[in-house]
Amino acid sequence: MTATSEPVSPAAQPAVLSQITGWLHSMVSSQEAVLAISLIALTVSVSLYETLVLGREAPRFLAERNIADILQGNAYIAVAAIGVSMVIISGNIDISVGSLIGVLATISGLMAVNGFPIWLAWLTPLVIGGLVGAVIGFLVAYLRIPAIVVTLGMLSILQGGLIIMTGGAWIYDIPPEFQLAQQRPLGIPMPVIIMIVLTIGAALWMRYTAYGRAIYAVGGNAEAARLSGISPRATLMRVFIINGVFVGVAAVLFATQFTTIQSTVPPGLELFVITASVVGGVSILGGTGTVVGSTLAAVLLRAINSAMIFFNISPYWLRAVQGILILITVLADLLRRRRQLK
Amino acid sequence: MENILDLQHITKTFPGVKALDDVQFEMRSGEVHALLGENGAGKSTLIKIVSGVYKPDSGEIRLDGKPVSFENPREAQAHGIATIYQELSLYPELTVAENIFMGHAPRNAVGMIDWGMMRRRAEELLASLNIYDMSVTRKVGTMTVGNRQRVEIAKALSLNARILIMDEPTASLTEADVERLFSIVRLLRERGVGIIYISHRLQEVFELADRVTVLRDGRYVGTRQVGQTNEKELITMMVGRTISDMFPKLPSEVGKPVLEVRNLTCRPMVRDVNFRVCGGEIVGLAGLVGSGRSELAQVIFGFTPAEAGEVLLDGKTVQIRNPGQAMKLGIAYVPEDRGTQGLIRQMKVRENISLAILRWLVRGPFVDRRSEKSLAARTIDQLKIRAYSTEQIVNKLSGGNQQKVVVGKWLAAKPRVLIMDEPTRGIDVGAKAEIHRLMSELAQQGLGILMISSELPEILGMSDRVLVMREGTIVDEFTRAEATQEKIVAAMMSESVNNQPAQEIIREGESI
Repeated sequence: MTATSEPVSPAAQPAVLSQITGWLHSMVSSQEAVLAISLIALTVSVSLYETLVLGREAPRFLAERNIADILQGNAYIAVAAIGVSMVIISGNIDISVGSLIGVLATISGLMAVNGFPIWLAWLTPLVIGGLVGAVIGFLVAYLRIPAIVVTLGMLSILQGGLIIMTGGAWIYDIPPEFQLAQQRPLGIPMPVIIMIVLTIGAALWMRYTAYGRAIYAVGGNAEAARLSGISPRATLMRVFIINGVFVGVAAVLFATQFTTIQSTVPPGLELFVITASVVGGVSILGGTGTVVGSTLAAVLLRAINSAMIFFNISPYWLRAVQGILILITVLADLLRRRRQLK
Repeated sequence: MENILDLQHITKTFPGVKALDDVQFEMRSGEVHALLGENGAGKSTLIKIVSGVYKPDSGEIRLDGKPVSFENPREAQAHGIATIYQELSLYPELTVAENIFMGHAPRNAVGMIDWGMMRRRAEELLASLNIYDMSVTRKVGTMTVGNRQRVEIAKALSLNARILIMDEPTASLTEADVERLFSIVRLLRERGVGIIYISHRLQEVFELADRVTVLRDGRYVGTRQVGQTNEKELITMMVGRTISDMFPKLPSEVGKPVLEVRNLTCRPMVRDVNFRVCGGEIVGLAGLVGSGRSELAQVIFGFTPAEAGEVLLDGKTVQIRNPGQAMKLGIAYVPEDRGTQGLIRQMKVRENISLAILRWLVRGPFVDRRSEKSLAARTIDQLKIRAYSTEQIVNKLSGGNQQKVVVGKWLAAKPRVLIMDEPTRGIDVGAKAEIHRLMSELAQQGLGILMISSELPEILGMSDRVLVMREGTIVDEFTRAEATQEKIVAAMMSESVNNQPAQEIIREGESI
């Protein structure tokens, strides 16, 4: 991203200074840095508010419980957003993730309740998620149906399937050892560990492998990619299958966070996941973005949610805040691109 | 006789190109006036100015002696100027009558569309063109190209057009349709309509036109009475430019054939093509836009796999079903349009250069960053790409440097055969000379190069051999010594109307 910094003449400024300005410049031109700075700024301002205005000695926002909640609360969103980010970077979209999380969580829970081995109850959602991804990928890549149409259809099918499966009943009496999301190895909540490991793994894969590069290439210019010997079909197939598996992991985290599983998906879940991707800097037009950004964005959204409680703002404002963040991000991205094109 | 249309000193500049420079054109009523010129001579720009799509930077347009200025095509239409473009602009889901009266349908007393009146008037219009075999309630999308064209003409007449512009109207017509079109054009001429007729087929010009105006490189060359000129003179007028800013090919040893193509076919654009390219040789492929040159390249490269025929590399038959396979076999293709086919604009120079061979750079699970970076640095160095780092976003480079990145990407694959489609289109003279120098060097290293170009000086300057393509097949071949601009243009253009046109029309079983 150094390409965006203006060439500074060495005679005009000392080398150190120009290095710092260049560094700052490249910082604000990366969405990940912007998100990290926003997270820190938010934390600092809520803590200051608590100590200076409310006169608390130890800010509760920084309490271990609250920090854990901020990191953990949206972990399953972040995990699903990794897959969805890949899909969007490849130039597509998946609006069926929310419903798929609901279906896979229910399957996982029913298996646990009905005496299947726990490991199988955890693994099955990943496999089925991958299969659903393969179906979507096939329809998009080989039959060339637009992804928004395919996943809209899939959304309806899955939601219908979910009601048929559960008849609207919640799932109770889940065996405690099933509850993966409540485990805390080394005192760290399992969802946080999974979120961090998968984010880093996916980021490395996207950045350093030929497969990852192919996703950016296909999303940036599918025809040029094809003329360069990359198969857009195979790439899209791969992306949707991976997305399905990530959604499977998200579903397991979702299913195992409470002692019951609701029979309905939280409304607008898929939009929440897409919001994390977009706010994380993934261009909705495809070709650019990172999964680190989308994970940071998922955490930031949770932190904002938490801060609103501290500022005593109605949680109903959260959706509006999300919307504003989307618009700001897209606007900032646009301005950045215009400057690049100059 | 009074001119109905008079263009004087028309100049039009687009960013970086002077499309028209002090051009004149005049037309009398009841005249078919042909407009001739090579690809890029400025014909399209000129007709777009007449039809109100573009505004000239300077110059004067007079209609019946009065100066006019069109803000948009609608205003030109209101002045009686109608255009029939190559891509017909009808609505396939609407009927013949609806298409003819689109935007000006007859209304009844309460302001509703008067369908009966519309049908009657549509029938009258068609009858006035001696067309009695077309139902006005038929959907246009179900008709042949020839019939759709007749609907377009009827539509133009419904707007009381006095000047009709026809842009390559016969390009996709069958022989019978061409004859019917000609009789309609003659009919309109008798009624005093002025027709601007653009065609690449010289024969048609002699058959149909009264006068002909020739443009070259955006400039006016001259106007002739058709009865007082001949093919040879027109071709000389079209090509007679100086060949000075051209970089000549350096001599290189021509070796064995590396690429051989036999009876290659992929309808409708590539039909029964045969040729070969030897190591160390640059073969120029000339032809008009739409003659199937790029399509041929894409068939060889596996982008659109062949229906029939053989491709041989080093004398061995190979099967190429996708670009990846072509690449592995040692074929590289630098496409015509860098923007849409060559580059991933958001990516860095390094990522673009390594894109085609990324799989070969993988060590363990990851791409080897160090060799990727040194490949990019070497390429920047070798091709003199003016980028300040391997990490620069490719979109920020100039056109010539972007083209070098695309070439660099393919050289990284170490090809035996390099197909270059318009390698120097839209880049400045300096970068052009550098690309030409590079092509010479590559040929000297033993590469076989197939160069598609619409610029004759480039074809003549760079090619050891010149192939000429027309209507999907190779119609002529010249050695470097034999080739002249006149010969190549004659092969590109002259062709009898009786030849089967390139685009075959699927007949939908309608009455003719």
